[in-house]
Parts: sequence; structure tokens; C-alpha cells
Amino acid sequence: MSGFKVVQPGILTLIQDGGRIGHHRIGLTTGGPLDREAFLWANRLLGNSSNATVLEVSIGGLMLEAQIDSAIVLTGGELPLKINGVEQERWCVHPVKAGDRIEAGFSTAGARGYLAVAGGFQIAYSFDSAATVTRESLGGLNGDKLAQGDLLVAQPATVPRLRLPEQHRPDYSADVTLRVICGYQQHAFSQVQKRMFFSSEYTVTDRADRMGYRLEGPQITPSIDGILSEGICHGAIQVPADGQPIVLLNDRQTIGGYPKIGSMIARDTGRMCQLLSGAKVSFEEISVEDAHNLHWLAQRRSAQVELESLD
Amino acid sequence: MRIEVAGENALILYFGDGTTSPAVSAQVQQATSLLEQSLEGLLIDMVPSYASLLVIYDLMATDHFEVRRRIRNTLGELGGAVALEGVVVELPAYYSTESGPDLEDLAKRAELEIDQVIDIHSSMEYRVYAIGFAPGFAYLGEVDPRIAAPRLSTPRQKVPRGAVAIADRQTAVYPAVSPGGWNLIGLCPTRMFNPDARPTMPVVVGDRVKFKPISRDEFIELGGEL
Repeated sequence: MSGFKVVQPGILTLIQDGGRIGHHRIGLTTGGPLDREAFLWANRLLGNSSNATVLEVSIGGLMLEAQIDSAIVLTGGELPLKINGVEQERWCVHPVKAGDRIEAGFSTAGARGYLAVAGGFQIAYSFDSAATVTRESLGGLNGDKLAQGDLLVAQPATVPRLRLPEQHRPDYSADVTLRVICGYQQHAFSQVQKRMFFSSEYTVTDRADRMGYRLEGPQITPSIDGILSEGICHGAIQVPADGQPIVLLNDRQTIGGYPKIGSMIARDTGRMCQLLSGAKVSFEEISVEDAHNLHWLAQRRSAQVELESLD
Repeated sequence: MRIEVAGENALILYFGDGTTSPAVSAQVQQATSLLEQSLEGLLIDMVPSYASLLVIYDLMATDHFEVRRRIRNTLGELGGAVALEGVVVELPAYYSTESGPDLEDLAKRAELEIDQVIDIHSSMEYRVYAIGFAPGFAYLGEVDPRIAAPRLSTPRQKVPRGAVAIADRQTAVYPAVSPGGWNLIGLCPTRMFNPDARPTMPVVVGDRVKFKPISRDEFIELGGEL
């Protein structure tokens, strides 16, 4: 078996596919890419299936050595891509040969990069998915982040050299407004509390991981302390007693008992997860109907994007 | 039943008056199995809990109007008396101060003898109200108020797999080594979550659980580790 050898694992590099779907009833969370948009582009550029297994590289510091002839692409945050020490364009397919060293350096903007290979990494599924959830010790290689010496199996492949035109790439240094659908226990938050939430600036704290992003700003206080534990969806914003919101993400626990004001749409959790601690964000209310429209427009728009050929 | 928006592709259904009861839990369970059929092809997942059901749908296949309509049509006639289904699962438990470091404190606070605490805990039949928090973590209720105990003020860094525990009027068996703030009163040798076994868990939501006190020797014989 051959593929790519991990020379340096980086700070936090995780094997991810589209996520572990349909197992909430035994308490399994979904996992999967925090920035789904960047993940999907990586696979599309290589002609992979949209669920193919890739690496989510947080912050950077990853170095792989190819043992086969293949092709790679790096999307997402601005982690400088180098092949054999020479800087290469991100969002662009690069052929690699056995012996080549591929490096995703430390990010200058955007916290997560997605490194994909032609055909995807061949990782055994647990519960229908290769997604790594370290908290559950599931997925990836032994349920853990990448370590030096790991072998990521892949098949040799030749694919067309495509690139995503620059105007379609996200700008990770831009200010972010995060759209939130009010729901769940929204009635436990008074009009004044809600107005404060939607008109104030919040800061991403260092207590931000794949389970949830804790934000800091004006305190908002629901009229209830806790609720009977209930199912938590992706993007749900819970407000514990200290009044500081936590946005629950891919590795969230499936049920919990804190009041929730609503949920952030997936497009925007993707943007938020690219932010580093200290970044400022604000919230904007959106109706569920508008959220659906936005979703469809974005789908349509990305489907119409024509990739540029470099061959 | 009340339907609220939970998120972009999720609705949450609330049953009963927002308190824990076997009847409300049975409604949740029935709604889960009915919706599994009537929402086939549109569902991503569902999370049943004490008195609610989170329904996550596929935005590529449907929208919240359609899902709401189907829920209303399917569950319109739901209510009234619902049969309590589920099987009774017996879980062996080695109760002792050796296997349950909080047993003594809990008995003291309850002004009971240790044996009385064990008798009370093992005489009740508990309902599996929800599964979550961690893979295989089943919330069992309700514990007799005499032995109900608040969570520890400082959670433990490491609770062993199989720990039988109490928090307020809930009880559970820790499915894996994890941090935790519940009061530990014993150890259960049955694995609550085994990713390599099918089924992965000995219980599902709606089942009932009864603990059977066992000796130290029986615990070891059943594969328990101290």
C-alpha cells in the first residue's frame, strides 16, 4: 500500500469527508469539514466525488511526501502551498510525482485549509464515514489527528489541471456578518436582549474548537436557566448562565440543556471557523425562508462557475 | 405538540408540558418511528429526547413548509394514550465504595445506609429517555428522590468506563472513559457502546433498564476491570 507519508503532521490536521450522517440516535456527532464550501471546491477541482476524503489542516505546519504520481489541490484559508520548496498557487490542481514534498505552511488569513488528492484518500469507514472526531475516537486513522509517520493510502491518478478563477474564491480577511435564524428558545430572550445580540460586536475567543466557538461580548440573559435536554442542530447558539454565546459546530454533543436563541446558517459557520481568536463578528437575523433562498442561490451560482483549464 | 424552527434545515417538536414523564417519552418515541416512514427520503437524522424530537431534513430534497406539512399530517392524530413499548434490559452493577467513590457521601447526604441506597437504586425500573452527550450515553430516569444528588462541584477529569452514576434524578452508565461530574456509585461490566458490535448499544430510547446488584467476583467474571 502506498500513497502519501506524513513527514510533519502540523498543529491539527484531521482526515475528513462529508461527515457521519444518521447516527445521532446512538449519540454520534457528525464531524466533517468546518468550512464545507472550501472542502467541496477541493474535491470538485480534482473531479472527485463531493464526499471524497481530504485533510482539514488547521493553522498549518503540514508536510507530506508523495509515494505515488497523483495530483493535489489546497483550498480554504491562506496556508502557503509549497511543492519541493517552491510556492504554488492555491485553488489550483498541481500534478505531483513520487518523492515530491508537499507543504501547507502557517496561515496568514483563514484558519483551515483543505488538502485533497485525486481520487481522495482511501481511509476505512467507521459508521459510514471517514470523518475524524477525536472526542469520540472515531474515524480517520484510529480516531485521532495525523501523526508523524502516518501513511495516507491513495491511488495513482492523472487528472486535468484546473483552477478556480480568483473572483470566485472567498476573501478570508474580510469582515464577517454571521446570519442567524431565530428559533428554539428564542421566546426566552426579550426584545431588548435580542436587539443587543444583533446590534453588538462579539469577539472570537481562544475557547474555539471543532465542538463550538465561544464568543465574547455584551452579556445576553435568557429568562430561563436551563431546559430539558434536547437535540442540538449544527450552528445552534446556546447561551449559558454567563450570557456569552457559544456556536455549536460539527463535533458538538448531540443533546444539551442550555437555552438557545437560534442557529447560524451553515454558509456562515464556515466563514466563522476560518477566523482566529480576537476576530470581531456581528450577527444579522435572517428568516428561514431567506436562508433557504440563499442556500439555493449559492448552489446555483457555484454550479455555474466554470473552472479554468491550465493544460 | 408544538413545532419550532431549530435551524436552517431543522425543526424541533415539543411534546407534553415540558416535564419528564413516561407518557410524554412514549409520544416522542411513537412520533420518531412514524416520521421515519412519512419523511423517508427527506430526512438527514432525528434526535429524540425527553420531551422533544429534533428533525433534521435534507435541504436538497425539501423545505420547511413541506416537512411541517408532513409532520402535521402524520402526527395530527397523535396524542391521548400511547402504548408504552420497549423491552426491559437488565444491567449488572457492582455497587461498593471500591467501585463507587461517591457512594458513601451520597448515602450520608441522603441520611441512609449504603445498602439502602443500593436497594433503592436497583429496585426501580428506569426508562431510557435520551441518548447523547457522548456515543452510547443513555439518560435513564427517574431516580427515587431520596437518592437524587446534585452534580459534583468539580467534575472528575477521568470517570472509568462502566461507572454507574447519578445526577439529580437521572442515572446512567458511562460508555467510555471521559470527564464527568456525576456521582459514582458502582461499576457495570456490560459495555454500553461498542463500535465493533451490532447493535452497538444494549438499549434504545424507550427501553427500560433494571440494575441487578452483583458481587465483586461476579463483576470480574463478567469481564469487569477494577
